[in-house]
Amino acid sequence: MESRSIILEKIKQNQPSLVAELPSLDALGLESFDVVEKYKTVLQSIGGDFIDVNDYSDIIDYVKNKYSLDKRIITTIPELAEFGVTNWLNDTPHSLKDVELSIVRAHFGVAENSALWVTDAVLGQRVTPFIAQYLGIVLSKKDIVATMHQGYQLIGAAEYGFGTFIAGPSKTADIEQSLVLGAHGARGLVVFLID
Amino acid sequence: MHLKKNIQHSEAAAIFNKDIPRVNWHDETLWFVREKRDKAAFQIPDWELLRETASQIKNNVLANIHDYLVQFESNAKANGIKIHWAANAEEHNQIVHSIIAKQGVTRMVKSKSMLTEECHLNEYLSEKGIEVIDSDLGERIVQLRKEPPSHIVLPAIHLKKEDVSETFHEHLGTEAGNNDPQYLTEAARLHLRDTFLTRKVALTGVNFAVAETGEFVVCTNEGNADMGAHLADVHIACMGFEKMIPQRKHLGVFLRLLARSATGQPITTFSSHFKKPIEGKEIHIVIVDNGRSTQLGREDFRNSLKCIRCGACMNTCPVYRRSGGHSYHNAVAGPIGSILAPNLDMSKNADLPFASTLCGSCTNVCPVKIDIHDQLYKWRQVLVKEGHSPIGKTIAMNGMAAVLSKPMVFNLVGKMGRLVMQKMPTLVNNSLNPWYTQREMPAPPQESFREWYKKNGKEFKTQENGK
Repeated sequence: MESRSIILEKIKQNQPSLVAELPSLDALGLESFDVVEKYKTVLQSIGGDFIDVNDYSDIIDYVKNKYSLDKRIITTIPELAEFGVTNWLNDTPHSLKDVELSIVRAHFGVAENSALWVTDAVLGQRVTPFIAQYLGIVLSKKDIVATMHQGYQLIGAAEYGFGTFIAGPSKTADIEQSLVLGAHGARGLVVFLID
Repeated sequence: MHLKKNIQHSEAAAIFNKDIPRVNWHDETLWFVREKRDKAAFQIPDWELLRETASQIKNNVLANIHDYLVQFESNAKANGIKIHWAANAEEHNQIVHSIIAKQGVTRMVKSKSMLTEECHLNEYLSEKGIEVIDSDLGERIVQLRKEPPSHIVLPAIHLKKEDVSETFHEHLGTEAGNNDPQYLTEAARLHLRDTFLTRKVALTGVNFAVAETGEFVVCTNEGNADMGAHLADVHIACMGFEKMIPQRKHLGVFLRLLARSATGQPITTFSSHFKKPIEGKEIHIVIVDNGRSTQLGREDFRNSLKCIRCGACMNTCPVYRRSGGHSYHNAVAGPIGSILAPNLDMSKNADLPFASTLCGSCTNVCPVKIDIHDQLYKWRQVLVKEGHSPIGKTIAMNGMAAVLSKPMVFNLVGKMGRLVMQKMPTLVNNSLNPWYTQREMPAPPQESFREWYKKNGKEFKTQENGK
């Protein structure tokens, strides 16, 4: 407790007395472009994939074709419940270590950087999008905004315990700047763009 | 008095420069990252407005940081997060150790945190019998090699894939001579996955802490911070107090700038917002001063606390690129490190503000508009006034002042110099003369401009008048 008051007292003494108003953010992020097209281009440029789908049955077909169904697939989306078990929500997060594919819904996506906003409400468990070998995220095309500024307007004062923007698969370039997809999180990300 | 003297930046740089192809490679690799930053920045019509906005937000933070910290603490506590305050590195290390000890464990996984480098946390915990594994790939590589990171964003940028291959062969049992980055990364993935699954305590850094909501944001590309934090029972997040931002919506500004400035990516893969622990788990935040409140009181240098640790100033710096991060003997290298380090220890880091050409490129790329090169220049003046300049330089400067203030002496010395360089060039063209390193001395002129003007000046004047 003592350090707290010492630090805060010293800060109070030393912080500049000048008035520095917070700037307005209103003039930022106003450029206009086709958000869906931009979203797709940026996602591909950072190593993610997308697929246009009409409904959940298209997603089911895609998953059946592309992933081996004998491996563990988990989802928090009721429409995709046929893939698997929904009884994992209360297990330890460690029990998800053998998950091949996690499929969750995103609250919204951001065109300028292809980031997807997900929170506790859609993740089931916080580790869900990180621990799986592959990640599928369902995004409604009408939920794509242009820039991060509109993104935070949507978030507003929303209540969550944990939320994260996910942009593409996990990656590293720590060895001689060579890009490698699949560092510690998902090796691949496919975004299901639904009308 | 510091018994352990650092190798001066210029000496360390000279050693780094011995391997010319490698220095050239280092230089080009970092310039490549700088070019990626430019490409990303130029795609954003708002870029300059974004920088200006970020700068203004940070100015507001510095002027109100006391209140923001109190607000942050109160909101974070209401969210169920435990807050600790550390006046210095030692207290920070003690706090972290006490949290780990309370769990009764001896192992911890850690994601990137330059603050813990600054505090030498790993060494401290190791002495207490706690094993720390760094989970960022670059940090893991340098940790296995018992080296510090050489760059705040790209910790292993000084290494080639052959070096990494050797290290992994020795420690992780990868095939000797397999230099494929994909293969090496996969080996680290498997090794660290086991670590994530078995550690009860995870430590992360903090990129931004939001006063309005009490949440904090951690950015990674690898997902290592999240793997560690979500699989552990206890998440410790360590932050310097300057990480504060006022409101959640301001994250939009900083997240647009951070990754573009750092690596040219539009955003990091993961930008994770931690607000509340889940039931049965704990989140602790350690708020650290360690000299920052002193820096806040230095009018000329307080702007350095606006830094968001993107590393753009390093990638663009001609001195950093050709001297390597380790030559700065400080947790944060490069231009920003050189204005932060003297605040921590003036005598130990007196060489760093001189490790710059003052070209100003750092200032031009800084996403929060820190006047880095001006501060480097101002630190030089402070350091000399406080008696931290090397004896050799002080003597030379006093000699210079004596010569330049007396025209007679100046003329005489000039003549002598020209004579010496003409008749006995080896007296200056030798290894004792630092100007001779890596370059030839210029041919001495026959006469000084003054001498030439005395002879020819009248002639010209007459000609001019005759017209």
